[in-house]
Amino acid sequence: MAAKEARDAVGEYKAGWHDPENATIRFDFGLSEQVVRDISALKNEPEWMTDIRVKAFHHFESRPMPTWGNMSMLEDIDFDKVCYYLRSSDATEKDWEDVPEDIRNTFDKLGIPEAEQKWLSGVTAQYESEAVYHSIREDLEQQGVIFLDMDSGLREYPEIVKEWFCSVVPYQDNKFSALNTAVWSGGSFIYVPKGVHVEMPVQAYFRINAKNMGQFERTLIIADEGSSIHYVEGCTAPTYSTDSLHSAVVELIALPGAHIRYSTVQNWSANVYNLVTKRGIAHENAKIEWVDGNIGSKLTMKYPAVILKGEGSHAEVISVAYSGKGQHQDAGAKIHHLASNTTSKILSKSISKDGGRGSYRGLVSVSPKAENCKLNVVCDALILDDGSRSDTYPTMEVANPSARCEHEASVSKVSDEQLFYLMSRGHSEEEALALIVNGFFEPFTRELPMEYAVELNKLMALEMEGSIG
Amino acid sequence: MASDTPVLGIRDLHAGIDDTPILRGIDLEIPAGEIHAIMGRNGSGKTTTANIIMGHPDFEVSEGSVELNGEDLLDMEPWERARAGVFLSFQYPQAVPGLQVGNFLRKSVAAIRGEDAAKGTEFRKRLKEAMEELDIDRSFLGRYVNDGFSGGEKKRFEILQLMLLRPKLAILDETDSGLDIDGIRTVSKGINAAVRGTDSGALIITHYSRILEHVQPDKVHVLIKGRIVKSGGPELALELEERGYDWLEEEAETTA
Ligand SMILES: Nc1ncnc2c1ncn2[C@@H]1O[C@H](COP(=O)(O)OP(=O)(O)O)[C@@H](O)[C@H]1O
Ligand SMILES: [Mg+2]
Repeated sequence: MAAKEARDAVGEYKAGWHDPENATIRFDFGLSEQVVRDISALKNEPEWMTDIRVKAFHHFESRPMPTWGNMSMLEDIDFDKVCYYLRSSDATEKDWEDVPEDIRNTFDKLGIPEAEQKWLSGVTAQYESEAVYHSIREDLEQQGVIFLDMDSGLREYPEIVKEWFCSVVPYQDNKFSALNTAVWSGGSFIYVPKGVHVEMPVQAYFRINAKNMGQFERTLIIADEGSSIHYVEGCTAPTYSTDSLHSAVVELIALPGAHIRYSTVQNWSANVYNLVTKRGIAHENAKIEWVDGNIGSKLTMKYPAVILKGEGSHAEVISVAYSGKGQHQDAGAKIHHLASNTTSKILSKSISKDGGRGSYRGLVSVSPKAENCKLNVVCDALILDDGSRSDTYPTMEVANPSARCEHEASVSKVSDEQLFYLMSRGHSEEEALALIVNGFFEPFTRELPMEYAVELNKLMALEMEGSIG
Repeated sequence: MASDTPVLGIRDLHAGIDDTPILRGIDLEIPAGEIHAIMGRNGSGKTTTANIIMGHPDFEVSEGSVELNGEDLLDMEPWERARAGVFLSFQYPQAVPGLQVGNFLRKSVAAIRGEDAAKGTEFRKRLKEAMEELDIDRSFLGRYVNDGFSGGEKKRFEILQLMLLRPKLAILDETDSGLDIDGIRTVSKGINAAVRGTDSGALIITHYSRILEHVQPDKVHVLIKGRIVKSGGPELALELEERGYDWLEEEAETTA
């Protein structure tokens, strides 16, 4: 009976499995100033970090819930039922063989070791709150690139962290950035020195494993002048019987002429609230790209943002969202053109199915002083059945008349003739649907490293299984 | 397999959509190695015939049978028919944005002829040869299936699929329309290569005799209002070219 209830609560989750909870340190449920102080003390943090955490906690407490997105789903979050810190293995590992076995199994199922051979240049695999596996390829080290989990970053490079932490996403930004700042744990810290190009994508996997485990990772990436990096974050989570909360903050700083690309595919199980603040600042002639895929979760509210602060800087946000039964993907992008000759591009693609709901929420603004800016926004929605829903909320606030703005939006349905054509080539109805769906996502998928593209296509094919009546 | 079992055997086929009859008793047999043509005006039921053989879910068959090499097709799903060896070159091929031609060809060959046929140098070699024969540029492989294709490109692409999928029965629905003379010549070569001297068969649907000059049909059938009213040799196509369909329509009226 319990199993069935759990299944009903979380929906179909094909990648669902979880390890026995073998956490060594685990706080009781619920949040208080004392819990925040305990987390900081346990990590031996400098006082300034403890202070920020405490301030952020009080801000979180007093800040009301957002009044947009999916308010009724948000109201269902019970913050007293969330566990705010849990550490499943004591040390940060350097060697794959030293990683505890059940944790390794989890990653095996995700195919990480194989992917590592081909693509990984350094791995931070986040298990629960602490990074347990961390390897940096030697050439990265030789290039002077710092790639650590955030906790180690704070320990080893406190002055860099202090300079940039909360500089892009202040804790007062929103309720969930305040929560993250108060209780953050894990995440990645990356510094790329001047002129260094990291050729291989750098990857990290995140998983939530314990019931009611809140995961609050914090990532900070600084690309110094003329450098470049592609960071890849992939998430998938096992099945739970009750709701889980994932609330991350990612801050990117692209100094003059630098290029940061940040790619994510999240596949949280259907009970996870995924409320994430991602934002980057692009200085002169810098470029920031968010490649953001949202496949799982119950409710995602995520709007990767770029502040185009320096002249000639460029922003791109390419996102896809898949909303199945009981899911709401409220995703989009925010771009602020603060300087002249800045350009931006937003491509958003959403699929809804089985009553799922996809929303595009976008804001692009041009400040009065920013001359000759170019903006391009394209939103495409594909609706797979009648009960599903897609909405767009595009906003453009253009305060300088020299800006050139383009906006396109389309909503389409899969036609019977398209399906029949593909079926006549030997593909079952489900396979045909998967071909159409993967084709629709292709402008996104082609931006991903091959391993991820293949994984995403497989995921979507799984989602199409059993969908034909 | 007994050589007298036809590749395609249709008997007394009645079919329609939403209780509206479209096909009203069709009989047709295509023996191995033969190419037959169906000609008829717009709306006479040619595409419907093709759709029903392929298994389009919109149409209801009320009577009759359709067999491939003696095997009943009507209970099969479209993809099962494709795997059994039925191929349809569509009058209006559908676009699938984001699905690359090369990827689609490989997946379709794998689905129909098995994984092994879609792998390795042998597949690549066949693909290259077929593309050269059809005058298709290599860059084509990176484009999206029928997305933004010209009329001629769509038809060439259908024939490319025919050549790679090597079906037992190829149905070509107005493959000639949208092609210039050179296109018709190339496409005809593809069709001949796929059928002549093999144990496959083909059904060419057209309302012009032009393509039939290049693909000499063994038989020509005239479809009027869901019935085959006349069958004959290739000379029938030329007669239709000269005299049109009116005389046959009158004949059909009096016998109906
Ligand atoms: N999907 C459909 N829905 C309703 N009527 C159809 C459909 N397909 C074909 N028909 C009707 O069936 C008849 C034959 O059409 P079709 O087979 O396409 O003719 P042809 O290919 O010979 O031009 C026409 O009257 C057409 O309107
Ligand atoms: Mg037709």
